[in-house]
Amino acid sequence: MSKVDLSVNLAGMTMKNPVVVASGTFGFGREFGQFYDISELGGISVKGLTLNPREGNPPPRIAETPMGILNSVGLQNPGVEGFIEKELPELKKHDLRIIANISGNTPEEYGIMCERLSEAGVDMIEVNISCPNVKAGGLQYGVVPEMAAEVAREAKNHSSVPVMVKLSPNVTSVVDIAKAVVDAGADALSLINTVRGMRIDVNTRRPVLRMNTGGLSGPAVLPIAVRMVWEVAQAVDVPILGLGGISTGEDAAQIMLAGATAVAVGTACFVDPYAPIKVRDGLEEIAQRQGLSSVTQLTGAVQPW
Amino acid sequence: MPMTRNCPITDLQVLTADVVSITMEAGDLAEQTKAGQFVNIKCGEGLLLRRPISVCDVNGTQLTVVFQVKGEGTQWLSQCQVGEELDVLGPLGHGYEIPDGKVLVVGGGIGVPPMLYTAKCCREADACVGFRSEKNAILLEELGAVCGKVIVTSDDGTIGAHGFVDALVRKALAEDSYAAVFACGPKPMLKSVSLAAKEGNTPCFVSMEERMGCGLGACLVCACSVGGHYKHVCKDGPVFNAEEVDW
Repeated sequence: MSKVDLSVNLAGMTMKNPVVVASGTFGFGREFGQFYDISELGGISVKGLTLNPREGNPPPRIAETPMGILNSVGLQNPGVEGFIEKELPELKKHDLRIIANISGNTPEEYGIMCERLSEAGVDMIEVNISCPNVKAGGLQYGVVPEMAAEVAREAKNHSSVPVMVKLSPNVTSVVDIAKAVVDAGADALSLINTVRGMRIDVNTRRPVLRMNTGGLSGPAVLPIAVRMVWEVAQAVDVPILGLGGISTGEDAAQIMLAGATAVAVGTACFVDPYAPIKVRDGLEEIAQRQGLSSVTQLTGAVQPW
Repeated sequence: MPMTRNCPITDLQVLTADVVSITMEAGDLAEQTKAGQFVNIKCGEGLLLRRPISVCDVNGTQLTVVFQVKGEGTQWLSQCQVGEELDVLGPLGHGYEIPDGKVLVVGGGIGVPPMLYTAKCCREADACVGFRSEKNAILLEELGAVCGKVIVTSDDGTIGAHGFVDALVRKALAEDSYAAVFACGPKPMLKSVSLAAKEGNTPCFVSMEERMGCGLGACLVCACSVGGHYKHVCKDGPVFNAEEVDW
C-alpha cells in the first residue's frame, strides 16, 4: 500500500502531521517527553498563557463525569515572560510547531502578548477568548461577536505569525462568532473549547469543583465538536483546528470530515500519554484503508444527507 | 522515569470490609519505584481517569497496592481476578528522601499502606499507626517485620492505645531520637503530626492527597498550597516538607 502524506498546512503553518496537543492538557511538553520524543507530534498548543503569572483556582479542580471530566484549573501559568525564558528554548529543541495559547483581561493585553510571542519565535498564536474558568476577560470576549472581533483585530495587528482564534461552544450561535473574528482578520479558528458544566456531591450537597462550575471535556463532547466544526467550516473560508473529545484516529477523521484541517488531542492525554501518537497512527490507517494519497483529502469531505 | 505497563495480577486479598490488597507483576516499573511514589491505574473502560494509588510494597518485580473501595473505580479494581492485567502508569511523584538515621513512619487509616515500603527503604524505622477501630487495622504483621517497633492506636481504643497518632508521635519523639518523621493519612492527622514533629525538633515529611488528572504534572488539577503557591501533588509531591505546607 502506498504511503499516505500526513502533512497539512494550517494558515501557512505547515505541519508534518495533523495532530496537535491541546492547550492545557500537555503542559509545555516536558512531562510527555519522558514517554516519547514530542517531535512525533505535528504541533503543541502550550498551556494557556497570561501576561503575568497566575496561580489558578483553589482545589478541587477536577471532577469525573460520564466519559468526561470537568476542570476549573483557572489558567495557572508562568506568564508570557516565564514561558519565553524557561519553556520556549526547551520546546524549540524539538521538531514540532509551537502554538502559543494566550488569554488576556483587555484587548491591549492580547496585543502586548502577541508582540512578545511573535518576537520570541512561536509558530502561531492561539487566542483564547473562551476559557470558562477565569472571570475577567476570558469568556465574555468569546460570547459577544463584536468583542470577539475586537480581540481578534488587536491580536492580528500585533502579530507577525498566523493568529488562530479559539471558539467557545457556550454561545447561542458559534457561526456568528466565527464570522466576526474571521472578518476581523483571524487566519484560522480552533474549536471547541470546553462546555460549561457542573457536578454535585449528593451527600455533601456541595459542587465537586471548588469553583462550583467548570469546563467539560473528553469523549462526552466529541459530537458537539463535530457538529460545531461542520457548521463553522461551511460558514468561513479559514482553516480549522478541530478539537473536543478526540481519543482515536476515527474521532480525528470525523472532525476532519466535518471540515477541520488539523486536529488537537486533549483530555485523552490524561488517560494515555501515547494518545496523540495513537490518533496519528489511527488516522493514517483510515486514510490508507480509504485509498487516500493525502490526509488533507478528508477535510470537509463529509457527505451530508 | 514513568512508564506504562500491562501488569498481570498475581495476588488479591481482602484485608477488611472495604480495603483490598492487589499484587501485580510490574517488571521494571516495580524495580524503579521509590518510597512514597504512586501508580495511576486504569479502572475499566467506562471510567475515563486513572486512579492514583500509593505503592504499599515492592518485592523484586512484584508491586503491591492497598486501597479502600470508595467509588466506582476502586469498586471495579476490587473485583478484578488473579491473572487479569491492569494498565498501570508509574512510578509517579516525588517520594520520601531517605535519611541516614532512624525514621519514625506514621500512618493513619488508608495512609498506612505506603508506610510499609517506606519503612523497608529506610535504614532503620519505627512505626506509629492509627486506625478507627480494630476491625480497620491492616498490615501490622508486615510492618512488624520491617520496623524496630510498631505502636498502634485506635480512635475507639479497641486496638492499641486509645486516641490519635499525634499523641504517640509526641511520646516516641520524647523517648527516642529520629532523623525524620514520614507521615501519610488524612489532612487533619498530617497537620497534627507535623505539629508534634515540630515540637520535637524533628524534620517531618508528609504525603498529600488531592483529586488528580494525568498524574504527570501536565494538567495542573491537583493543586496544593505549599509556601504560598499552588504546587502539584502528582509531580512536586505527593511528599512535601510539612513546614512548607500551608495548613
